Amino acid sequence: MSKKILELKDVSKIYGSLKALADINLSVNAGDWLSIMGPSGSGKTTMINLIGCMDTPSTGSVILDGVDISKENAASLTRIRRDKIGLIFQQFHLISYLTAVENVMVAQYYHSMPDEEEAMEALEKVGLKERARHLPAQLSGGEQQRVCIARALINSPQILLGDEPTGNLDEENEGIVVDIFRRLHSEGVTIIVVTHDPEVGDVAQRKIILEHGKIVDDINQSL
Amino acid sequence: MRKGNRKTFYLKMVSGSLIRRASRLIIAVLAIAIGATILSGLVTIYYDIPEQLGREFRSYGANLIVLPRGDAKITRETLSKLKNLIGSNKIVGMAPYRYQTVKINEQPYIIAGTDLEQAEKNSPFWYIEGEWGNSLVGHEIAETLNLKLGDSFMIQGVKYGEQAEASGQNLSAAENQKRDLARQNFHKSLKVKGIVSTGGAEEGFIFTDIDELDELIGDTFRADVIECSIIADAKELSDISKKIEKEIPELQPRAVRRLTQSQDIVLGKLQALVLLVTVVVLIITMISVYTTMMAMVAERRREIALKKALGAENKLVMSELFGEGVLLGIIGGASGVFLGFEFAMRVSLNVFGRGINFQWALIPITIFIFVAITVAASIIPVRKVMDIHPAIVLKGE
Repeated sequence: MSKKILELKDVSKIYGSLKALADINLSVNAGDWLSIMGPSGSGKTTMINLIGCMDTPSTGSVILDGVDISKENAASLTRIRRDKIGLIFQQFHLISYLTAVENVMVAQYYHSMPDEEEAMEALEKVGLKERARHLPAQLSGGEQQRVCIARALINSPQILLGDEPTGNLDEENEGIVVDIFRRLHSEGVTIIVVTHDPEVGDVAQRKIILEHGKIVDDINQSL
Repeated sequence: MRKGNRKTFYLKMVSGSLIRRASRLIIAVLAIAIGATILSGLVTIYYDIPEQLGREFRSYGANLIVLPRGDAKITRETLSKLKNLIGSNKIVGMAPYRYQTVKINEQPYIIAGTDLEQAEKNSPFWYIEGEWGNSLVGHEIAETLNLKLGDSFMIQGVKYGEQAEASGQNLSAAENQKRDLARQNFHKSLKVKGIVSTGGAEEGFIFTDIDELDELIGDTFRADVIECSIIADAKELSDISKKIEKEIPELQPRAVRRLTQSQDIVLGKLQALVLLVTVVVLIITMISVYTTMMAMVAERRREIALKKALGAENKLVMSELFGEGVLLGIIGGASGVFLGFEFAMRVSLNVFGRGINFQWALIPITIFIFVAITVAASIIPVRKVMDIHPAIVLKGE
């Protein structure tokens, strides 16, 4: 039986009069690959912000690796995020004045210690060793996203969290990124991906559908 | 276990941000460099003004008159001691004067023997019709005797230590003149090289070389007074006077207060003006850096949000931005020091007609000031980092 890595208990998030998430209950085991889908305004981003320790719920609790993070302050959330979460963004968000390898080393630097050799190995795993000394502007969208994945993985996070990771990629690069997710999943990495793209959503082991801030479907796709 | 160095990577990030984003930061560097240029230039001028202005004031005549104590005269040895005591680097001119009564056409006049070269340095404001040289005739005398440039005139007098004989009232003019040419008397024909107009007492004197006068009157060097033009403000002049009184007791120095006080007043006002401009420039630089840093933080919201999303604490992101500020201050400050020297040199050459010395101490001082200004101006913009929420800024589209 896999260890429970994430648990959302009766989680709600309210912005003024808007209830972005309403009484969400969700469990994710270590090594799971979960996709979160739903139309715009369904609460996907709010959910990923809560799981990624970038926000706290209005009510309920978010338990990450056994720790209830819903009552933590901003500084504490930053530390937890640094140690346990690897973030992948739709717009890559690479630092424009740092090379690919330096962008990976930034995550090491904030976590503990920059190590170029290890950063190069991470780039090699996503097939970008040869492009390590290039600036983001010299890389294609797919290459930038692979740097972003290498950066997210460099500190061995407990959860790899993707917010529309293929949203800005063409079909070919989308395929490359999905293949990387497949390999990571096979290596036991826990992956949670928010996506609009059914092709990306469908390859996950489990898919949940959000509508109006509520989980309306939870599909086990590994069967 | 990771092998690496946090400091090295920090420097790499800070320098990378400046070097690879140079076009964005050029305005900030320019603002700092211009500020540093004006600051270091004005400070250079501030410290150079006393000397430059002191030299300018020296063109208004001697500022220290040295007299012998009692009835004694000043010997060449004492003059040389005085020169050594004051120091040649401070002396613009030092002219000894020996006054002697002579007769021209049986009328008494005063001839002043002096070092004409030094007198010229002391008194560049004298208007000389003709040229400086042996001999100069005061405008008043030239008018009375109807002397023009190149004219010769005869001076007569009693040699040093000899008794003058009164003109015999029952003798003719020719007989009196013959008597004046006797052994105890001297006479010499002088040529008018220049006519002196000063609007002062000098117009009633004849000026000649002191050594020639000594030879003519048959005596060794004995000066009645020494006029000194010294580069010094009122306090320095007072210190020099005290030193002279202490070390050469046979002399009594008298500072020309009118000149030294005017010099101090003008100097004080000029220095206050320079100080005021410097403060204004520093404030303007600070405002420029502040607005540039504000724009920089706003422009880099995503990058800052990303760093925070990756786990960077506020203080770590802030330290990077301050690091960039420090580096900007160093680059702008360092370039400003050298541009400032060039600026001060041009000002000095145009205003005072003289170059200035490079103040090496200005390099660390200017850099330190501009690093401090940049850091101070960055405090509010950098604190904006705390208001940046990664979840809001990095939201996908």
